[in-house]
Amino acid sequence: MKGNSDRIWSILFILPSIIFIGIFVYGFISWTGYVSLSEWRSLIPNYSFAGFENYLNLFKDFRFQADIRNTIIFTVLFIGAVAFMGQLLAILIDQNIKGESIFRNIFLFPMALSFVVTGVVWQWLLNPSTGVNLLLEKIGLSPKWYVSTEVLFGIPIGKIEFGIPVAIIAIVIAAVWQMTGFSLAMYLAGLRGIPEELKEAARMDGASEWKLYRKIIFPQLRPITMSVIIIMAHISLKIFDLIYAMTGPGANYVTDVPALYMFETTFRANDYASGAAIAMILLISVAVFIIPYLVVNRRED
Amino acid sequence: MKRYGFLWMIAILLIGTMAACSDSDSSSDGSGGEGKIELFSWWTAGGESEGLNALMDQFKEEHPDIEIENAAVAGGGGSNAKAVLANRMQGGDPPSTFQVHGGDELLAGWVAADKMQPLNDLYEENNWKDVFPQDLIDMVSKDGNIYAVPVDIHRGNVVFYNKKVFEENNIEPPKDWNGFLEVAEKLKSKGITPLALGDKNVWPSTMVFESILQANLGAEDYNKLWNGEIPMDDERVVKSAEMFKKVLAYVNEDHSARAWQDGSQLVADGKAAMNIMGDWANGYYKSKDLKPGEDYGWFASPGTEGEFQVITDTFGLPKGVENPDQVKEFLTVLGSKKGQDAFNPKKGSIPARTDADMSKYGKYSTDTIKDFKDSKLTPSLAHGSAAPEQVVTKVNQAVNVFVTQQKVDQFIESLKQSVSSLK
Repeated sequence: MKGNSDRIWSILFILPSIIFIGIFVYGFISWTGYVSLSEWRSLIPNYSFAGFENYLNLFKDFRFQADIRNTIIFTVLFIGAVAFMGQLLAILIDQNIKGESIFRNIFLFPMALSFVVTGVVWQWLLNPSTGVNLLLEKIGLSPKWYVSTEVLFGIPIGKIEFGIPVAIIAIVIAAVWQMTGFSLAMYLAGLRGIPEELKEAARMDGASEWKLYRKIIFPQLRPITMSVIIIMAHISLKIFDLIYAMTGPGANYVTDVPALYMFETTFRANDYASGAAIAMILLISVAVFIIPYLVVNRRED
Repeated sequence: MKRYGFLWMIAILLIGTMAACSDSDSSSDGSGGEGKIELFSWWTAGGESEGLNALMDQFKEEHPDIEIENAAVAGGGGSNAKAVLANRMQGGDPPSTFQVHGGDELLAGWVAADKMQPLNDLYEENNWKDVFPQDLIDMVSKDGNIYAVPVDIHRGNVVFYNKKVFEENNIEPPKDWNGFLEVAEKLKSKGITPLALGDKNVWPSTMVFESILQANLGAEDYNKLWNGEIPMDDERVVKSAEMFKKVLAYVNEDHSARAWQDGSQLVADGKAAMNIMGDWANGYYKSKDLKPGEDYGWFASPGTEGEFQVITDTFGLPKGVENPDQVKEFLTVLGSKKGQDAFNPKKGSIPARTDADMSKYGKYSTDTIKDFKDSKLTPSLAHGSAAPEQVVTKVNQAVNVFVTQQKVDQFIESLKQSVSSLK
């Protein structure tokens, strides 16, 4: 009997949040989906059905094609660099160095800032006519950083060149600076979680340090890498504030991303239908990363 | 029992929050109710907010019985305020009166959405038809009804230049765009950036293109272009695009990393010679303690002398406001000579009325007031007066791509697509 009333109470307790999440999260997602299929293109709501026209127009749109390219390039470079740098720093810090906590704090500190602050700071640092670049100019280098409109290794597909926009690299540097502390912390926890006996046993068997890492430690860190990838992936797919503060869409849209385009379409051009369509595509692309993660997590539980 | 005590606590908290919510609801209802005017704008920066406060003080002096509330939303160019406003208007909770650019931002936006009340009676009561220029009244009128009261004027087609740089290099302000190219070449050979540009937000580039367009088309045909009466593949538009391309060869390389102030700053520093910018740049220079006429000079952008590209802030009366009579009292002060002379000198703009008290304005503004009286007025595209927001955004997109790719055919094609919704 007692178990039964506990059950009722627990349901009563979570009911309000289920209702609120139902309305304010899932209700509004459905609402956005509905708007994305409508003709609402001005300040006056217009719910006549447009079908998938908004989506089709987007994929034909030069700017959206550039957005997709930028998102892919940014995500790959960003996750790769964050995972690599985090792992490298974690291994270095794990060598029982003196003042370990100082180093840890130094690397973790950028995480306390918001992306907007990071964007402004790095905008100053990488501005080609100020800051560090004045020194580089003295020795004959004048990097253009995020001002560049060049696309490296460009292969024309449709209306855009598919390749690596140089300006994206500058933004990746800022983003990595901000997020490396996080992956460092994850990897350090992972390294500390590997039992000392395991390493000792391997050393006893005559494994070299390199072999130890390759055969024992890196495989043990694999689940951490998975978590880092998934957490960083949803940050990078949704990224807005860093780019908004640093470059905006950039000339020729070399640093434009769907979130920026969505903001401008909806709140500048009052084209609510297309804005909602971009938002839905954004949501789906994040879901592609998050849902498998949730499924795996559930199975492990 | 303990557990139930905890439950009661939750229940009490819930009721408490609900009560708090309904409290705040009733107070926000009250803001639209008797005796209170909610004034919605995006004037929060220095100069802007000082002007707004001066205007509100003027109103309090004349109507001490009516309470006035400043509901400004921060964000340059109204990017945040416009989103808030759209939500409130669509939700049936309009502010008592709000800032909106005259032209299509008002007419194709709110008036077309049937959200505004005509103010013809107010204009007759105050004889405003005699003091506001007809071109300006046209920018806030549709089908014979007037929908807003203009409070200030900014000019779009101005070139600010560094006087010292011009004098040292023996340069006179160019009269047309070919003259501009000659001057630019001369400056470039001396190692000075001829034209400063900060187009991180794209619209400063659109302003440059718009100035060239207006020079080639003339005021009347320029307006027809944004009405859809002249097609975008008109040969004068193509010529303008080609000229725009030539001009772009003379801008600073890092333009896409700079905001408009950074562009203006290049001229102040003498690193660049000229900058095409609205006259808020004058406010910027003033705030940097530069002297108008000594440190920096100005002229109408080449080929547009005698024409005045207008950016005007106006206030109207939304439908569904609870105390329209009191809002009209406010609009009366806003349109009065006293109100405009309190507001504009602080904001750095010029009054919309033609009978301003000249002694209150600085050197730049008095010159601009004179130009405003004698000039043919045209609406600015880059600031939402010439065409609806959808068109402005698409033209900005086209310009953004053109600035790097510089393919004229493709540019004309995207411009055609941008205005296709006009018909």
